[in-house]
Amino acid sequence: MQTVYKDVLIIGAGLAGERVAVEAAGAGLSAVCLSIVPARRSHSSAAQGGMQASLGNSVMGEGDSTDVHFADTVKGSDWGCDQEVARLFANAAPIEMRRLCQWGVPWNRVVPGKSTYFKGGQKFEKVEKEEKRGLITARNFGGTAKWRTCYVSDGTGHSVLYTMDNRCAQLGVEVHDKTEAIALIHDGETCFGAIARSLRTGELIAYISRATLVAAGGFGRIYKASTNAVICDGGAQGMVLDTGAVPLGNMEAVQFHPTGIVPTDILVTEGCRGDGGTLLDVNEERFMNIYEPDKAELASRDVVSRWMTYHMRQGKGVKSDYGDHLWLDIRHLGEAHITGKLREVYEICTSFLGIDPIHQLIPVRPTQHYSMGGIRTDKDGSAYGLKGLFSAGESSCWDMHGFNRLGGNSLAETCVAGGIVGKKLVEFLKGYETAIPTAIISDAAKKQEQRIKDLMSGVKGHENVYKVRAAMQNALDKGAHVFRNEEGLTECVTSLQEILYRARRVGLKTNGLGASPELAAALKIEGQVKLALCVAYGALQRTESRGSHNREDYPARNDRDWLTRTLAYWKNPSDDLPSLEYEPASTVFEIPPGDRGYGKMQIISADSKEDK
Amino acid sequence: MARMLKFNIFRYNPQDPASVPHMESFVLEESTSMTLFIALNRLREEQDPSLQFEFCCRAGICGACAMVINGRPGLACHTKTKDLPGEINLMPLPVFKLVGDLTVDTGTWFRSMYDKVESWVHTSKEFDPQSVEEPMDNTDAEAIYELDRCIECGCCVAACGTARLRDDFLGAVSLNRVARFVIDPRDERKDKDYFEIIGNDEGIFGCMGLLACEDICPKRLPLMNQLGFLRRKMGITAIKQIFKK
Ligand SMILES: Cc1cc2nc3c(=O)[nH]c(=O)nc-3n(C[C@H](O)[C@H](O)[C@H](O)COP(=O)(O)OP(=O)(O)OC[C@H]3O[C@@H](n4cnc5c(N)ncnc54)[C@H](O)[C@@H]3O)c2cc1C
Ligand code: SF4
Ligand code: SF4
Ligand code: FES
Repeated sequence: MQTVYKDVLIIGAGLAGERVAVEAAGAGLSAVCLSIVPARRSHSSAAQGGMQASLGNSVMGEGDSTDVHFADTVKGSDWGCDQEVARLFANAAPIEMRRLCQWGVPWNRVVPGKSTYFKGGQKFEKVEKEEKRGLITARNFGGTAKWRTCYVSDGTGHSVLYTMDNRCAQLGVEVHDKTEAIALIHDGETCFGAIARSLRTGELIAYISRATLVAAGGFGRIYKASTNAVICDGGAQGMVLDTGAVPLGNMEAVQFHPTGIVPTDILVTEGCRGDGGTLLDVNEERFMNIYEPDKAELASRDVVSRWMTYHMRQGKGVKSDYGDHLWLDIRHLGEAHITGKLREVYEICTSFLGIDPIHQLIPVRPTQHYSMGGIRTDKDGSAYGLKGLFSAGESSCWDMHGFNRLGGNSLAETCVAGGIVGKKLVEFLKGYETAIPTAIISDAAKKQEQRIKDLMSGVKGHENVYKVRAAMQNALDKGAHVFRNEEGLTECVTSLQEILYRARRVGLKTNGLGASPELAAALKIEGQVKLALCVAYGALQRTESRGSHNREDYPARNDRDWLTRTLAYWKNPSDDLPSLEYEPASTVFEIPPGDRGYGKMQIISADSKEDK
Repeated sequence: MARMLKFNIFRYNPQDPASVPHMESFVLEESTSMTLFIALNRLREEQDPSLQFEFCCRAGICGACAMVINGRPGLACHTKTKDLPGEINLMPLPVFKLVGDLTVDTGTWFRSMYDKVESWVHTSKEFDPQSVEEPMDNTDAEAIYELDRCIECGCCVAACGTARLRDDFLGAVSLNRVARFVIDPRDERKDKDYFEIIGNDEGIFGCMGLLACEDICPKRLPLMNQLGFLRRKMGITAIKQIFKK
């Protein structure tokens, strides 16, 4: 087996992983990024909308500041976030956008003079200032008080990721693509790297490192309908959970995006609503303005998704072969705007739906979109439970998003957190020496070799991995979606436990040689079902509604009992439920829990504890 | 009755000593809004789990799924079966190294390209976290993005006669990349610096100008314009260099 030694091993070459790699390489450390696909195909490239930072250059962003951005982020999180982390993030975001600018991102810029924009289907005028000419401009996004979302036409993630990967190439950061990490090497206290499998040859490779960072993106593909790329399947999170030592934070906090298209679940950007698109029901009437008179379509995603689902349940959905949906209307934005600023949306509609959004309505429904939960870290990005293990980006629960992530805050997080965590990782490595225990490495490798042999020979059973996966996805879609309740979640947990039993009995149908996609799927299925159980079981225990987590049977946000973060451990590999622990959502409260100003709901105040 | 589609797919697993390159046929019933993404996944999950192919975003934005579809390089996720005849031939992209079946290694090819064309902004300016960003004209920014839109799918390379003949040819995609930096005001490289990279047969002078690249590009990038733009620029630079001697 090949062995690779580096100071820093980074699992993931999306924006978060590469941003950390840049920091490490800049400090003279040797770093390698692993990735399932070439770096530039990472899911970060799919983000079209933009990145939030309170630069305040656009006239609609005037008066914006890191304080306002911080407040929006905390409110957006439904007070579920770590406020210290949200503060670090809001403060660093403007600097990070300028840094990206220096590295080559072609941000859209302020053009002085008059222009029009839409809000709630109505046309307004704004005048950009001459003195701001050529500075980074911003667009409107849901849940924010100011126009704060920096963007590159319709391809922000694409442009920023290409720029970041250029930067990596310039600094000589190696990216080993088509290389998938399948297990961490650790002794229960310290992490020493990972065992990976080549997706070119099927060979195993040991990566030995002084520090290891997981930046593997979201795990949306454990749901059936998801906007995520097919590689966002939670393999890496499952691998971390498998250590038994590291907990996953807030796994029940799953975001559903209001505008996944029907039937392929491809996302059309929030920019559609930000730029003035409206949601219509079966009668082609607006409804968001009834439920949320103030913010209407621009309320945060969890709120819009909830009202959409509610409205469809009132019989106002459009019937189709693929179930009910609603309409997104952008026709009034006009051809120039749709084929210019929203070109990607235009292309998605014409290429995948055969619909012309200049003249026709777009079928949409809430679809799994973002994983707020993930590998729990402290504010330095250091994972709980294992020394030398770090995490950043969507795969982490650094926790600036709490129970709901605001549009534009995630792509910004990848770079901002990547910068902050990268620096902390470099600091950690200064003077950090760790003896590399060869026995632990060879044990880890042997264990993976054995797993592969067992799957190939079918000694554990002959379950079909794709069938098991489909069963898991159906269970989650049914029981742990936009609305949740005790009955549905209990059923979901029970069926996932049966599915876990089956996942442990998977055997390959093929010989599994070379890059075998069946083997890749089989190696991660047990971990995926465990993640699904963390989601469903965490949701069952959390008897309140907060952000994206909506319990029909507990509609109030309960700060008295649940101003907490769930930590899910899988202590014993043969367990069939995670062990849940809780910690305070935040140790610092710059802003005490209050009303978000949208998504009206009852709040059980933390103070009522004393009243009891 | 829905159509029965016949897929003839190139099969070869270089890591399996028993495998020989051949075409294999599969039959699948067409469903509404079926794309090759849906079809290939169904074939793998229902008929042959060893089938190798690549999808990532399945939304036409990552470039992972390029393959030769009925003789033409294109994005599989973007291709609706209803636009194809009942018999569909799928082959891996040429030029790139084969991993297995329809999967090729584009990552290695592109990474070596970045190193050759030094695909990053060359600037002597240090980043100053305290100061405001340098203003840029929005039209410049948009023009850069126009060329930045390439998704590195490799279709243009696969379609290029020159690239198939000589493996050191940079291809339209690389020249497009160079053009992106040429028009970026932040990049301090001069024409003669670019000339060193592309002013040869591996670059601008190897192109036969037959347009296959632009025809095939799923992002409809103006590749020929860029080739023309660089050819003119490099032509001038070449003349200047001759007179300097
Ligand atoms: C359609 C869509 C649009 C979005 N638009 C926006 C937006 O406009 N604004 C915004 O703020 N956010 C947006 N988001 C969210 C945002 O894009 C993501 O949260 C963010 O890009 C995640 O970046 P990342 O670096 O954490 O992970 P990714 O970019 O997903 O990268 C993950 C990396 O990990 C690698 N990897 C995974 N598992 C393994 C393994 N086991 N071994 C080795 N490598 C592995 C992958 O190959 C990849 O390189 C959007 C998300 C979606 C789905
Ligand atoms: S025009 Fe030039 S680069 Fe394009 S396909 Fe023809 S030879 Fe290749
Ligand atoms: S230029 Fe077009 S065809 Fe070539 S790699 Fe880029 S997107 Fe693909
Ligand atoms: S899968 Fe991303 S372009 Fe086809």
